[in-house]
Amino acid sequence: MTEKDINLAISASPHTHSGASVRGIMLTVIIALAPALLWGFRLFGWPAIVLTATCVAACVAAEALSRRLMKRKLGIGDGSAVVTGLLLAMCLPPALPLFMAVIGAVVAIVVAKQVFGGLGYNPFNPALVGRVFLTISFPFAMIQWTAPDAPPTDDTHAVTAATPLAAWETEWSGQEETAGFFEEYPWVDLFFGNQAGSFGEVSSLLLMLGGLFLLWRRCIHWQVPVFYLGSVTIIALILYGIDPHRYLPPFYHLFSGGLMLGAWFMATDMVTSPVTARGMMIFGCGCGVLTMIIRVWGGYPEGVSFAILLMNAAVPLINRYTRPRVFGTRQS
Amino acid sequence: MKTRAAPYRCAGGLHPVYHKSLTAAAATIPLELPSTLVISLAQHLGAPARPLVKKNETVGRGQPLAEPAGFISAWIHAPTSGKIKAIDEQWTAAGRRATVITMESDGEDRWADGYPQPPLPADADRKQQIDRVAAAGIVGMGGAGFPTHVKLSPPPEKAIDTLIINGAECEPYLTADQRMMVEDADRLRQGIDRIRRLLGTPAVRIAIEDNKPDAVKAIQQALSSLDGDVEVMVLPSAYPQGAEKQLIYSVTGREVPSGGLPMDVGTLVENVGTTLAVADALDSGLPLTERVMTATGDALSQPANLRVRIGTPFDKIIEHCGGTKTPPAKVVCGGPMMGTALPSLAAGVCKTTSGLLLMPQDTVHFFESMACIRCGRCVNYCPMRLMPCTLSEGGEAEDDELLEEYRILDCIECGSCAYVCPAHRPMVQHMKNSKARIALIRRERELTKQRTS
Repeated sequence: MTEKDINLAISASPHTHSGASVRGIMLTVIIALAPALLWGFRLFGWPAIVLTATCVAACVAAEALSRRLMKRKLGIGDGSAVVTGLLLAMCLPPALPLFMAVIGAVVAIVVAKQVFGGLGYNPFNPALVGRVFLTISFPFAMIQWTAPDAPPTDDTHAVTAATPLAAWETEWSGQEETAGFFEEYPWVDLFFGNQAGSFGEVSSLLLMLGGLFLLWRRCIHWQVPVFYLGSVTIIALILYGIDPHRYLPPFYHLFSGGLMLGAWFMATDMVTSPVTARGMMIFGCGCGVLTMIIRVWGGYPEGVSFAILLMNAAVPLINRYTRPRVFGTRQS
Repeated sequence: MKTRAAPYRCAGGLHPVYHKSLTAAAATIPLELPSTLVISLAQHLGAPARPLVKKNETVGRGQPLAEPAGFISAWIHAPTSGKIKAIDEQWTAAGRRATVITMESDGEDRWADGYPQPPLPADADRKQQIDRVAAAGIVGMGGAGFPTHVKLSPPPEKAIDTLIINGAECEPYLTADQRMMVEDADRLRQGIDRIRRLLGTPAVRIAIEDNKPDAVKAIQQALSSLDGDVEVMVLPSAYPQGAEKQLIYSVTGREVPSGGLPMDVGTLVENVGTTLAVADALDSGLPLTERVMTATGDALSQPANLRVRIGTPFDKIIEHCGGTKTPPAKVVCGGPMMGTALPSLAAGVCKTTSGLLLMPQDTVHFFESMACIRCGRCVNYCPMRLMPCTLSEGGEAEDDELLEEYRILDCIECGSCAYVCPAHRPMVQHMKNSKARIALIRRERELTKQRTS
């Protein structure tokens, strides 16, 4: 070896890289969430902004603290804790007491993620675990929905409203006359995002745009949202065809509740969804079927979080049984 | 003769930045004879060759320096005339240490007695022709280095019905094959004709990626006089389109069975450079003592396509290309996807050296590997339809049962998984380690079985 060889780097091939990084992916997700997030801020004002800031700060702090306690590398630079914070905030009622939000964030990061070893090892979507924990622990606070047209300066607790799904389940389902429901909750409001609900879930249009952006940037695979939304549509269509007085038309199922946020941002979470193409299709369908079962027959008007978490549990199995046929192993 | 798009599309398919414009239009320049040549005895697949010369011996060009040490091995010839200075162990272009013959050129470039050999006519005895290919030391020049005479003599039950000439050149930066097709199309035609006659006139498919329209045109013109079933197949530019199994699939729709060879599906693939070497050996009696390669990269002053003698030291090539623009942080022998990082620039060009890539500091990544985030990109891009993420984790855990179940030995180490991995995991490193370990375990198992029986 000569002297000038000393500085030559040695590594296994390849010697070039696409430039993709975990931080880049997380940043893209944040950009994709931004329109729906900003719309939620506009609609629900300061409470939503403070709630978001609290969730993000709590998530990042919980991540940093638990990494330090475990004597691991800090790792908050990957941006995943920020994304968890944003996603958690967006699926909470805008007027939720802040201490509850902090509890949700800590559960999401510590219990659902760091306990398993951190990013990459968590079997369940952290934000959804946080949200479901809050739903079970604080059932009342978690359904205090702010009416979207309430002036932001008001005492928000005073003006509450029902979400369309909850209203349908408790008041309208099975009634002779359901036209009043469709007057009270016109489809344009659901689509564009003028409805009560978790503050980041209200605008289906903006969430869809964000999802399409992720698809374009190749941060998500098309199979999950297409099969998720597709199966919800088909099941809703069948039920609506059977009894339009008991069951909502597909449009209302698609554009209300957490479905759009769930289908584009939660179910597509890389860590907790399958890696195979066929697996993603099965996973998407499973989410859709479970969502509809919970929504129509379950005790909660909304089923997206539970559906995705249940399917998360099935991911290792799905991966295993949907392995692609390796080149050169054709059965003949 | 027809030209058409390849009828099948293999799995995967990356679109890396090609950087071929650095040298794509540069005519091949013969490099001046170096004063010292460094000739590795392990520049082919199989057993390293056994040296036939001694220190201080005077040799002529074409004189055998080393003989094959087994069925899968190859002859190695003196690239020029001169004196043997040393036979010792050194770093080679393969990134390993091996026995290397160092010789000093006398500047006369005088052929050894009996070289070049008389040409063999196309109607000469088949065995005689294949023996000539073997004696010329020809191995696959695309990178694998598999001895060509072994490929050309398939067992009688494996009839070859399709000869595929690999001009895909899917590695970024490399343009040597492209230049050979443009500049040497007529000689290439001779080589194709010789090889197909040896195989009993199978159909011929010349596969070229669509980012080399000049090569497609040159080949079309040169091959128009060739009768029989000959087609130019234009492939979409996608990495690793030129990998043997993927190429066979794109052209014929046939899958080489796991653990099998192209001949198992009636095909034979020859690289452009190898085909030219066969033409040289049969039509002109020349042993393999030189090759065309691309010297390139953003740290090199004047990137070029070069005709170099085997054994030319890499620092000599860099010197000829005007030296370095910036100090290279990594020097790769071959292309950036599958090439080997060179430990020493004193090593010499091998028969399989298709390129020399000088990478400046700012293009060399020193990644810190993270945990797999299961994004599924590697699964999506694996041309063998493996699950690289699972294999990589299984490799870290040394879970050999899982690795075998997920068919690690089918990995072709193309690097597509590592290229797309956002967690910057050293996937190919994991694969190579695991494959080597499993191969070792299998060999030990085999030995124990032999001993006990």
